[in-house]
Amino acid sequence: MATVQPEREKAPVLSVRNANKHYGGVHALKDVEFEMAAGEVHCLVGENGSGKSTLVKIITGVVHPDHGTEVWVSGTKLTKLSPYAALQHGIQVVHQDLSLFPNLSVAENIASHKYAGHGMKLVEWRKTNEVAQRVLDELNLDLDLQKRVGELSVADQQLVAICRSIASEALILIMDEPTAALTYFETQQLFSFLRKLAERQVSVLFISHRLDEIFEIGNRLTVLRDGRRVGTYAIDELDREEVERLMTGKELATGRPSDHTRTETEIVRVEGLTRSGQYQDVRFELRSGEILGLIGPRGAGRTEVALSLFGLNPPDAGTIYMEGAPVELRNNRDAIRLGIGYLPENRLREGLVLEQSIENNTVVTNLAQILNRWSLIDPTKRTRFAEGVIQDFHIVAPGPKPPARELSGGNQQKLVLGKWVYTSPKCLILDSPTNGVDVGAKEGIRRIIARLAEDGLAILLISDEESEILANCPRTLIMREGKLYGPYDTTDLDEEQLRAMIRHEQELTV
Amino acid sequence: MKTSVWHRLLKTTEFYLVLVILLVGALISTLNPEFLSLENLLNILRRNAFLGVFALGLLPVLISGGIDVSFTAVATVAQYIMALIITTYSVDSVLLAFLIPIPIGILLGAINASIVSYTRVHPVIITIATLNAFHGLLVFITGGTWIYGFPASFAQFARARLFTITTAAGRTYGVSVFILIWLLTAVLTWFILQHTRIGRKVFAIGGNLEAARRSGFNIFGVHLFVYGFTGALAGIAAVIHTAQNQMVEPNALVGRELAVVAAVILGGASIFGGKGTVLGTVLGVLLIGIIRNGVILVGLSSYWHQVTFGFVIVVAASINAVQSQLRTRNPGISL
Repeated sequence: MATVQPEREKAPVLSVRNANKHYGGVHALKDVEFEMAAGEVHCLVGENGSGKSTLVKIITGVVHPDHGTEVWVSGTKLTKLSPYAALQHGIQVVHQDLSLFPNLSVAENIASHKYAGHGMKLVEWRKTNEVAQRVLDELNLDLDLQKRVGELSVADQQLVAICRSIASEALILIMDEPTAALTYFETQQLFSFLRKLAERQVSVLFISHRLDEIFEIGNRLTVLRDGRRVGTYAIDELDREEVERLMTGKELATGRPSDHTRTETEIVRVEGLTRSGQYQDVRFELRSGEILGLIGPRGAGRTEVALSLFGLNPPDAGTIYMEGAPVELRNNRDAIRLGIGYLPENRLREGLVLEQSIENNTVVTNLAQILNRWSLIDPTKRTRFAEGVIQDFHIVAPGPKPPARELSGGNQQKLVLGKWVYTSPKCLILDSPTNGVDVGAKEGIRRIIARLAEDGLAILLISDEESEILANCPRTLIMREGKLYGPYDTTDLDEEQLRAMIRHEQELTV
Repeated sequence: MKTSVWHRLLKTTEFYLVLVILLVGALISTLNPEFLSLENLLNILRRNAFLGVFALGLLPVLISGGIDVSFTAVATVAQYIMALIITTYSVDSVLLAFLIPIPIGILLGAINASIVSYTRVHPVIITIATLNAFHGLLVFITGGTWIYGFPASFAQFARARLFTITTAAGRTYGVSVFILIWLLTAVLTWFILQHTRIGRKVFAIGGNLEAARRSGFNIFGVHLFVYGFTGALAGIAAVIHTAQNQMVEPNALVGRELAVVAAVILGGASIFGGKGTVLGTVLGVLLIGIIRNGVILVGLSSYWHQVTFGFVIVVAASINAVQSQLRTRNPGISL
């Protein structure tokens, strides 16, 4: 366990000097200086390709920096940089995938570092449990030590991963997008936990795309752009717009979305839609050219409603009308035939076949358009089709042939969008379309969505981020514990107000 | 957070296996009461002991996320070499006999582990290949002749038992030494898996290989251990099998590996690794043994054994799948 030593307050617990890294001809990191103080939550932000992950990999010893780069921990220079040396000096990473053993107990996962090293030695179960219990006690956590980690919620799993780092005496905890899979309340829990760690003089390096979280948890902020350090700032020196400007190096349009594309033509209307245990008596209407938001915490039922509209989660009661006529959606083929497209929240898992080429991904929903006269796939048509999508949606890709996994997150998202837009849908359901992509790509996707609405598409945009709703939707529905409220005009709202409406702090009317 | 004992029991595969075994047993004994006699039950245990040892050997490999189907060939090579040495030099000691096949098993297991670790090809492919290579080489070199004429101690060993009971008809039976070996192997396997670091590492790499690598575990070391363990237990099974039949026939074992794999998976081990228990493995072998025995006692053709065997596997695997769905049930979306 890290003990509090007064002198560490002065010397930075971690300092990286003159960091440079070339990958082949690419200069990924240029003369970066980076420092962390004991007990601070230090946020690292930057767009994809800004050098964030290279810097983290140098700190954790995963990549070797160029000659001249120095890493100091608690006042000592590391002579050899390797993952092992990093661990030895108390640098621990909580990976995005958490790296836990789902089939082992909480206690074993927390104390698993004791298994490294060799042998036929016996496991001291009592000691394993003691080590784990001590960490839980110190951090004031209540978890069943004997429960298997795979049976815990993602939030609890994350706590286990952090406890494991603490059990192996972490001085510096590196967290890569830790909130990506958490609900609002779980995120709050994690944050209060991180504050507790800070009191114990553990330093946290916090990497996230969600700026609102950075403002909530961070003490200081380092911005990287194009492999250079733009600067390190105290969090309260900056506001959101400034951070975005520092990250992208340009002013982004901050204008609010407007309602002018919304027409009188009704596309989708939902009456009294209910699925027991998920949502009750949901009613709303969606018109051509409209971008309607649907916001609520994870678990409130928003994704479940969306899946019902896409024919994948049949409701128990209620009616869905398409252009005024009641329809029954037995599966997603019905939905697609009626002109409903769906861009899932987890684009990597549900939206793309990552190992397949970009062109195969674009045509999978559009097979009819690329058939030759014998109803077989025409490869030339396929390639031309894919090139069209790439051009139309400004996808940065080396061509239609490489596998989709080679694209960046933002471009993958555009690809999924393209794949659905080309089916000529009347209604498009987008679930957190800008989740996890960087600021520049968010703006690109926002423009595409606005253009689609101008073309007359009806768009239902689901999100759990207030900023995403405010940036895209002139009106939004709010979902809370299975009940739908609204729509509300968003033009005069700011994030705080919208958040207060979503939480129980403000009465809502149906 | 704690769940009741009853709740935990309901979640275990072993509980359902015991239920199925009781059900199948009840069914057979209504058709032929002979089934429930102590003599018959002990006979089932004795005849399945070598399969039970095979299955225990396979368990750690499956938990580690690998698979080994070459163990029947390993056992065949081991028993053949043992038989050759024993009959040629007239070694009249069963203890010495054990000292030959076990190291051979470990060596061949180490070959499996090395190829699996080095090539990173899926172990099912590697071990199908080594199954054929080991067996083919053996038959090629030896010409496939059968070996008889074991020393007297071997026959005594096969008859050795705890307690002897004489039936009214004058037959004697008891708890065979084969059953004891099976039991000891089970205790050993349980101890290693539950109470040694290497055992927990086997679970760890089966649960999340990448995390194990990041934790600094020696993956090749674990592979060496699990495949070596399969080989060692194949060696023990080889001795039991030889003693039981009092001869070695190069084609007797090869071909039965899938039944053993099925037994272990019936016992709740996951084909994807990370999961499995010794008790389940023993029960899995017992269930298959009981079905085979029942088909004979009821007087059906042995083809029916294959049919019921297949049927039971489908049922048991389905129960298993439903259970794990219940365990990870998500109250939200069901796609």
